[in-house]
Amino acid sequence: MFHRESGIFKTTYSADMALYPLPIAKWTVAILALIFVVIVPLTVHEYYLSILNLIFIAVVGALGLNILVGYTGQISIGHAAFMSVGAYTAANLAVRLDLPFWITLPAGGLMAAAIGVVVGMPSLRIKGLYLAIATLAGQLIIEWTINHVPAISGGAQASIQVERPSLFGVSFNTQGHLYFFLLFFAVLAIVATLNLVRSRIGRAFVAVRDQDIAAEIIGIDIYRYKLLAFAISSFYAGVCGVLYTYYFGIANYEQFQLIVSIDYLAMIIIGGLGSVLGSILGAVFVTLLPIVIRILMENVGSLFFTTAEMANVISGLRLGVFGGLIIFFLIVEPEGLNRLWRNIRSYFRVWPFSY
Amino acid sequence: MGASAQRADVREGDNQLVVKGVSKRFGGVTAVQDVSLEVPRGSIVSIIGPNGAGKTSLLNMISGFYKPDTGQVILEGQDITQKKPSDVAALGIARTFQNIALFSGLTVLDNLMLGRHVLMKSGVLSSVIYWGMAQKEDIAHREAVEEIIEFLKLQDLRKQPTSALAYGLRKRVELGRALASEPKVLLLDEPMGGMNQDEKEDMARYVLDVNQERGVTVVLIEHDMGVVMDISDRVVVLDRGRGIAVGTPEEVQRNPKVVEAYLGKSKGGGGA
Ligand SMILES: Nc1ncnc2c1ncn2[C@@H]1O[C@H](COP(=O)(O)OP(=O)(O)OP(=O)(O)O)[C@@H](O)[C@H]1O
Ligand SMILES: [Mg+2]
Repeated sequence: MFHRESGIFKTTYSADMALYPLPIAKWTVAILALIFVVIVPLTVHEYYLSILNLIFIAVVGALGLNILVGYTGQISIGHAAFMSVGAYTAANLAVRLDLPFWITLPAGGLMAAAIGVVVGMPSLRIKGLYLAIATLAGQLIIEWTINHVPAISGGAQASIQVERPSLFGVSFNTQGHLYFFLLFFAVLAIVATLNLVRSRIGRAFVAVRDQDIAAEIIGIDIYRYKLLAFAISSFYAGVCGVLYTYYFGIANYEQFQLIVSIDYLAMIIIGGLGSVLGSILGAVFVTLLPIVIRILMENVGSLFFTTAEMANVISGLRLGVFGGLIIFFLIVEPEGLNRLWRNIRSYFRVWPFSY
Repeated sequence: MGASAQRADVREGDNQLVVKGVSKRFGGVTAVQDVSLEVPRGSIVSIIGPNGAGKTSLLNMISGFYKPDTGQVILEGQDITQKKPSDVAALGIARTFQNIALFSGLTVLDNLMLGRHVLMKSGVLSSVIYWGMAQKEDIAHREAVEEIIEFLKLQDLRKQPTSALAYGLRKRVELGRALASEPKVLLLDEPMGGMNQDEKEDMARYVLDVNQERGVTVVLIEHDMGVVMDISDRVVVLDRGRGIAVGTPEEVQRNPKVVEAYLGKSKGGGGA
């Protein structure tokens, strides 16, 4: 992604509008493909692959949330609940009807989209904090419902075990296999989002965010587009929930509680609102943070704390660092890591002629 | 410049847009009281009047932002009084705002592309896939937008975010966004407000070109009497919510009620 654009002039509109406007960017994509498809799976240890797998899943969810929050200017504190809708839809279909992932995955997404539209309905009348509270209510109602309706949640534990996905008789039952499965959907989500945000629909989302009156005057039905943003965003969330289910081999409501909604909001705030790259950076950052803290504490913290205290210290520290970072990015760098990345890039772009 | 005598293409009696006796109250304030307006196809009709006369409110009723308490708005024979702004736009009425309302987070190019929203069709699925239908559509509409960019001399600003532009340029981009939708009727709310003399002349030129070369019917709110008298086929005068005079620029200038409305107030809004 190191763009070098001096001396390159685009001569056709299609070239000007291309996803990778510069020839060098195509090479970047090829190199990234080589790294992620060949080198990483051949060289990286199973444990680290499992972390990468979590990042891939988070990328899908963060992209979806960013479409709603960053691009369309709405808010949702209910996204973890939409994930659980996807998760339980897929788990039920997989267990009861023995359906394969390529049916359960879109089905989970669609069910989440439908529920997301309902929860997003108040956005037609209210904004900001009020909408946040309304979606929070949605989160809690969905959590409660799944927990109290055995027909959905599969009984006392409120969890449903599913088999790992398989394709043409090959089961993705190691982290190494899941790596390809999840990488595929992460890339699919990234490309779909890049396309969406540069198209007519994506421009309309930004129009609704920037200037709702002007959006109406150029013929954008604001209500339709707000609900559409909720639908698309929740679809991503639902798919994300299905991926979690296949990754863990179980659909469990505890993985989709309020704190997870907050985690995902943190991803896009830290990564950068209204940015695809920001969603990815945020997903990487927020997934790695607790792991890095844990490793640090296990090595350094054991000098100060007993093993029994350690779990509390780690989770406390995680929350503290998290809160601090969110506040930092909201106040100091609202464009998030994405902006920091751009600053670094534009420094090197003209390097060595720095002015 | 084009006073009504030169305008053979404006056929009297062929009214593209008709406003019939509309009124609008806000609490105790009567913003517009029983105002009627006839806009012949291909004409430039100006609405003038002192501050607070109800000009913007009248425009808001035409474009669907305000629902009139009484009266009707009729576009080419179709009653559009109760339509949503987005539907009014789709029927071919575009407008600009007194206080510029651009999409500040987007580039000039994207603002203009958004102007073509109603002319484009791509849904979610073809947008997500992009290569193929959506891309083809984007390129076709990009060509139309480039033509407007050239017309308004915005070539150097294509990729600039509109928030970075000077005031006069933002007004021009807003005109471009309205034009991009290929409107039948263009409503302009003080397009020259806050501009210097040079910028005003440029804008007046663009408005005339839009009208004469592109055949767009224009309804213009403007305080600058020089410009209004120069380019309008017909002038409607509002004062405290009521229509007090209609006619050619010459007729209106001679109307004693108009003279009184302007001279009788401390706020004259641009000298006559
Ligand atoms: N949404 C609204 N709510 C309450 N009052 C309004 C509203 N819109 C307009 N008004 C009132 O209606 C009257 C007419 O306002 P309007 O903006 O139409 O005047 P105008 O002729 O456009 O004035 P200006 O030349 O200053 O732009 C004013 O008294 C204004 O305060
Ligand atoms: Mg006004």
